[in-house]
Amino acid sequence: MIRYIVKRLIFMVPLLIGITIVCFVVMHLAPGSPTDLETQMNPRASAEYRERLKAMYDLDKPLHEQYLIWVGKLAVLDLGRSFSPDRRPVSEKIMERLPITISLNVLSLILILIIAIPIGVLSAVYQDSLFDKVTGIFVFIGFAMPTFWLALLLMILFGVNLGWLPISGIRSLNYEYLPPGMAIVDLITHLILPVTLAAFGGLAGLSRYMRSNMLEVIRQDYIMTARAKGLSERVIIYRHALRNALLPVITILGLSIPGLIGGSVIFETIFAIPGMGQLFYMSVMARDYPVVMGVLFIGAVLTLLGNLIADVSYAVADPRIRVS
Amino acid sequence: MKTDFWKRFSKNKMALAGSCVVIMLFVISLLAPWIAPYDPNEIDLQKVLSAPSRDHVLGTDQLGRDVFTRMIWGSRISLKVGFVATGIAILIGTVLGAVAGYYGRWVDAVIMRFVDIMLCFPTFFLILAVIALLEPSIWNIMIIIGVTGWMGITRLVRADFTSLKERDFVLAARAIGASDLRIIFVHILPNAMASVLVAATLGVAGAILTESALSFLGIGVQPPTPSWGNILTAGKDNIDIAWWLSLYPGMAILITVLGYNLLGEGIRDSLDPRLR
Repeated sequence: MIRYIVKRLIFMVPLLIGITIVCFVVMHLAPGSPTDLETQMNPRASAEYRERLKAMYDLDKPLHEQYLIWVGKLAVLDLGRSFSPDRRPVSEKIMERLPITISLNVLSLILILIIAIPIGVLSAVYQDSLFDKVTGIFVFIGFAMPTFWLALLLMILFGVNLGWLPISGIRSLNYEYLPPGMAIVDLITHLILPVTLAAFGGLAGLSRYMRSNMLEVIRQDYIMTARAKGLSERVIIYRHALRNALLPVITILGLSIPGLIGGSVIFETIFAIPGMGQLFYMSVMARDYPVVMGVLFIGAVLTLLGNLIADVSYAVADPRIRVS
Repeated sequence: MKTDFWKRFSKNKMALAGSCVVIMLFVISLLAPWIAPYDPNEIDLQKVLSAPSRDHVLGTDQLGRDVFTRMIWGSRISLKVGFVATGIAILIGTVLGAVAGYYGRWVDAVIMRFVDIMLCFPTFFLILAVIALLEPSIWNIMIIIGVTGWMGITRLVRADFTSLKERDFVLAARAIGASDLRIIFVHILPNAMASVLVAATLGVAGAILTESALSFLGIGVQPPTPSWGNILTAGKDNIDIAWWLSLYPGMAILITVLGYNLLGEGIRDSLDPRLR
């Protein structure tokens, strides 16, 4: 097992180097220089000041040297300082927001699993039933649904018209004065809409995937053997078939991570959640390049880590993978 | 082969429904200046945020502009973004996939590792990072969506090429001295176009969704140019008073994307019923 993990880690190194190169290229392909914001907008910026600023960000050195300097700093998690007036280190800004984004994504992943797997299994077991057809239509609509629009509609329905759920932030203004029990309720009511919506995008895909997996497994010989032994249908479906149909889901979860992380920009912006996605959006609007590059890099690394976790859990669940 | 395709396609109700939606959208955006009841940029401060009525069937926005008219003009944007962005993605994806699949060895290894690296980035992050550096104009949006969306197509085309290049007709072409370029583009590529066509149709849907999300966030198509996404932004700003600004443009996006998805799946099922 350890050998397998080490092997996967070694495979990650070239990808990681590639990620740094893409980040670097994106940053430098753009016309103009990142310091333009401070110099062109500022009529009092002299030529000498411009040079000094460039030297400060190492922009006066040849590209490959700049890349090496940048990667060297990256290795010790130094992502530079933000251009925004607070001038705080980028890594600090990201780290204080990362937990929120990760917990939101984990919550919506759990929600996806809880809802999509039963739907997929049931629509496979009762293939062509009314339930299967209805969920089939739901899946088609789910694929085409602009989730930010669904977010707006639910905000209008539950937030504005019914007044049941808050529509922005993750805490009420009076959060600190609430008794502990109420504080948790407050947090939960704030999270219901964003988590549900973030999960929505993945629901359609996973339930459809689960359905086709299950259909395939049900046709296998060992299921027929189980039937021949006279096992009850319940045992066949939930013990023999489901286990095998669940395996590939691990991979799909790994693959869905970039989509979830990318989607967090939309949800965190709509619901005013102070996570990494919102930070990214605000930095894009403010052209705060160090933060933009930092989040882009961290987003890719998170994806890579997610895939690693998926690979390793697959290997734990299915010993055949470790050998080959 | 072709007649089989049409026979299956015309029997597939979902595919027909999808084609109807797509054709209707083409007609609407083509005839926009003639069917839209108002000028899309005509500001009427007397009628700011008025609810749907006989004069304005889908209401007016925060500047008193007719929402129905702006949605009709907005269909042009979706169509343009959908096709240009997908066109770019197809071009990059097909060329890289063909080269990787045909030449194999280190060329393949380099290209496919590059694909792996690009797939590590959450697409939406990559798009936003590039937008931070460029002006958010409609052309930049189309190019960025295209340039960040070719990886899936590369994998598809490569898979087709690796199996097709072993076939006898390729050997025959090589035997009569056809050049690599000729074999790739004249002999193999037409056989790989089926899966590309399906991916392209679904890609248009994806590009339309991405553009609307970007415009909604205010970093896509910029006002006053009307797009479904930026009408929704106004919907969010006036969420407690003007539900019609939120409801109708989103519905247009949903129906359009649904149409392209149905069409794409219909084409796939009709090309090869075994793929279902």
